[in-house]
Amino acid sequence: MTISAERPTAVASSATPPTASGIPWTQRPGWMSQHLGTAIVGGFLGYILGHWFGNYISSSYPWIANSGQNPIAVTLALLGMVLGWLVGIGALNYPLAKIVGKEPPAEVEVEGWSKYFRYSTNHKVVGLQYVVGVILFMFTGGLLAMAIRTELLNPTTHVFGPGTYIEIVSEHGTIMMMMATSIIVGPLGNYLVPLMIGSRQMAFPRIEAFSFWIFMAGYMVIFSALPYGGFNTGWTGYAPLQTQNGPGMISYLFGFAVIGLGMMAAGFNIAVSIINYRAPGMTWSRVPIFVWSILATASLLTLATPVLFSAGLFGILDKTVQTAFYVDEHGGSSYLWQNLFWFFGHPEVYIMALPGFGIVAEILPVFTRKPLFAYKVAASGMIGVALLSFFVWQHHLFQSGINPDMRPLFMLTTELISIPTGFIFLVGMGTLYRAKIRFEIPMLFAMALFFNFLIGGVTGVFLSDVPVNVTVHGGFFVLSHFHYTIMGGLLFAFMAGLYYWLPKMTGMMMNKKIGLVHFWMMFVFFNLTFFPMFIIGLLGQPRRVFTYASNLQGLNDFSSISAFLLGISFIVFAWNLVYSMWISPQKAPANPWESLGLEWQTATPVPAHNFDRIPVIMTDPYHYSEVNAPALADFGGPAPVASDTSSTSNPA
Amino acid sequence: MANTSSNSPRDLRKMSGIWVVLSVAADLLFWFLVGPHVPPGRLTETAKNNQMDFNILMVIALPVLIGVWVYMGYSITHWSAKRNGPESVGGAAARSNRKAQVLWISITSFVVLFLAAFGTWALIVDHGSGGGEGPNPVWMPAGAAQAETAALNGTGTGILSEPGGEKVLPVQVIGQQWKFTYRYPTFGGFETSQLVLPANTTIAFNVTSLDVIHSFWAYQLSVKADANPGVNNVAFTETKGTGNFTVRCSELCGLWHGAMFNYGSVVSPSAFTQWATSTEAANAANTKNLPPFAWTYTPDANGAAGGYYPDGTVTPYSTVETYGAKQPAS
Repeated sequence: MTISAERPTAVASSATPPTASGIPWTQRPGWMSQHLGTAIVGGFLGYILGHWFGNYISSSYPWIANSGQNPIAVTLALLGMVLGWLVGIGALNYPLAKIVGKEPPAEVEVEGWSKYFRYSTNHKVVGLQYVVGVILFMFTGGLLAMAIRTELLNPTTHVFGPGTYIEIVSEHGTIMMMMATSIIVGPLGNYLVPLMIGSRQMAFPRIEAFSFWIFMAGYMVIFSALPYGGFNTGWTGYAPLQTQNGPGMISYLFGFAVIGLGMMAAGFNIAVSIINYRAPGMTWSRVPIFVWSILATASLLTLATPVLFSAGLFGILDKTVQTAFYVDEHGGSSYLWQNLFWFFGHPEVYIMALPGFGIVAEILPVFTRKPLFAYKVAASGMIGVALLSFFVWQHHLFQSGINPDMRPLFMLTTELISIPTGFIFLVGMGTLYRAKIRFEIPMLFAMALFFNFLIGGVTGVFLSDVPVNVTVHGGFFVLSHFHYTIMGGLLFAFMAGLYYWLPKMTGMMMNKKIGLVHFWMMFVFFNLTFFPMFIIGLLGQPRRVFTYASNLQGLNDFSSISAFLLGISFIVFAWNLVYSMWISPQKAPANPWESLGLEWQTATPVPAHNFDRIPVIMTDPYHYSEVNAPALADFGGPAPVASDTSSTSNPA
Repeated sequence: MANTSSNSPRDLRKMSGIWVVLSVAADLLFWFLVGPHVPPGRLTETAKNNQMDFNILMVIALPVLIGVWVYMGYSITHWSAKRNGPESVGGAAARSNRKAQVLWISITSFVVLFLAAFGTWALIVDHGSGGGEGPNPVWMPAGAAQAETAALNGTGTGILSEPGGEKVLPVQVIGQQWKFTYRYPTFGGFETSQLVLPANTTIAFNVTSLDVIHSFWAYQLSVKADANPGVNNVAFTETKGTGNFTVRCSELCGLWHGAMFNYGSVVSPSAFTQWATSTEAANAANTKNLPPFAWTYTPDANGAAGGYYPDGTVTPYSTVETYGAKQPAS
């Protein structure tokens, strides 16, 4: 049924590592070839070259006020940095060889640790690279959040100047949003989708690798805003303010364009893989629900992100070559940016929600030992959310004066989206019904998602009601709302997924005791941080302010102190990672949670080619607690089903 | 979520009982204890209506929240492996249940459609609920259209009394980095940084900006309208009693966004007229240097750092040259 079923083993796994002589230098193992180090050198050189070239071709060009920078030079420096980074890591070897008419050498799978620092086309390596990448994003954004809450400890005594504060707020928002686009699709999507659909690889392994390395280039670009003096527009980058801003704004616009490229690449690759690389017998009604959620997300990534990419490009053109897409006085429109940004931005919100639904729906049956309740409702709900998400964007603009007549329509579409979103609660509650629930760490995080997302979802209905929106729009209420959905939903789901699948990905169990401390700290202090913000918002505190009414200090301080403790819970998480993976690694059983999922039926660690033979899928993976349950798949020959083969191999 | 086990109806009955009791208690407590104090208070008709909308949403939301929480709490306490819950049973009955699914989808759909209809109704009867309605509002209070036209053409003076007996005051809000100023077109178009309003009057706020996007948020009035450069964003409210209110910028507008706030007051109509006429007289010398009253102002494109008010000279980039300084009210 699929191509992969007929393919020979995709990876040439020679017993002896390739020697340095006789193969191109790009293919040499370890430090002698292309890796993170050469990428950094390439990025550095590219930056300098681009900056020089920009100044060279536009030496008479006006500099950006008070910055000592020429906008062309900044743009070309960032472009040079990204290109140099890609050349350095080897992302362009293949296309460049093709362009000059040479046959590119075949990829050689590198053994050992160095593969994680290289341009790897193995989806399992990319998945783990993404784990580290998104955690880097998360901790950077988290530190900035701590700075925000520090400033808000007191309404009149300031830790930062207003300029520094607003740069921190903007950088926090942007980095976190960039992280959230990829936090589940990147690590877990790339690692698990081929395993769950019974494939040996993704459809486009080079594009997959590209999506990760360009994602990390995006990190460098958005971080470059800080040395450039930051930008003060928040993550939304509204236009006349955007036009006013200095070189940091170019980092923001360019950063979103770069991240957007990665999102499109990732979404395209994953969607094509899910559609075309399913194992024989894996009909649409047998696809694991997590894969459904990733498919819905991938379609949003592919369809919504081009709008962001173009919007960012327009902004860069405005700033460099004096076009006027967003400049009212010159025939452009500042409304254009708002429309384009949110036309991307609202599907983006569901890019951040759907994978979380997928994870909890995947995890619940395992820990309740029951089949997933209403599988078809769950899958159609995800697709429904994805479709509707394109028709709600103007609810961000209810008070803006754009299209005021359309407010009832956007109120309706926004509230309609809570019907398919509500499906996930039906599915969750149905699966919990009269089950013998095991409260392992992943299950705790999954249950917490239901608690948090319920609050996030219900407050979303308040926001979509135009009369109520007058009070809650642009204040701490909406801030709290989207932290409840993105952090309380997506991030809790990410943690559930990590605790659940890291044993598969690394062969090591996460420590349960530290995990419990992590979970309870994160859950309790998350709620104590953000719930008061609903009240703060209702009492009239706008977002992104460095000063506020003195009668709100008590609530703000409560929120800040909880935020610091929430921050500590992430240190506990980091400690658990370090402790469980390196200090005191506990080898994981092949199937520690007794899951029926296909990904757990391969050996641990997963062999390079995933499956010795492509399995033939016989049924869906949710036949828990069923008498005479059918076998999940025919693995062809003596199947290694759930047998512990990890003792023979070296966990990576 | 039916299950053939003999215990299942008892579980559901128990949960329903707890749910009904808690929901009724929570709704009553909220409605009578918290509801009357919910922001933005009751200073204007709009604030009163929007408070009512919030409270109605809350009364619907609480049972939803409590329903899910009771279910989750019940499942944690009764159905866990630790507490020796029932053995999980798989098979077709656990995979789907037509009745439960239809019931869930019907109830959520009904609630959602009701909320959308209710929100639309509230929005229309309250003339946009104090939100920015753009340059051509579709839902206007009686007399507002005439008052707006009179203000622009300079044919009205003082608090305008429209034929239907409505009292309307047009006020212009001008946002700029980083302050709000206010122009009173029916008092000679003077500009001031104080926002004073008469009680028991329909106020037509005409919100615009000279630079970036701001948002005029008169918190206790329950008015919020983005201030866009080159756009007249109109919002209506009807003041009731007298009192003070806070104005904050609620759209990030740059460095001092956090400090962009001031205070306003609603006073009796006679006190207002007195204040306005005396301010008009005191500001007369300044007022004649201002650009003529218009819905929007185009800053001087050649003088970004202070040339916001072209002194009669039309700049090459000005839309005033193309479209005229005055634009129709609707």
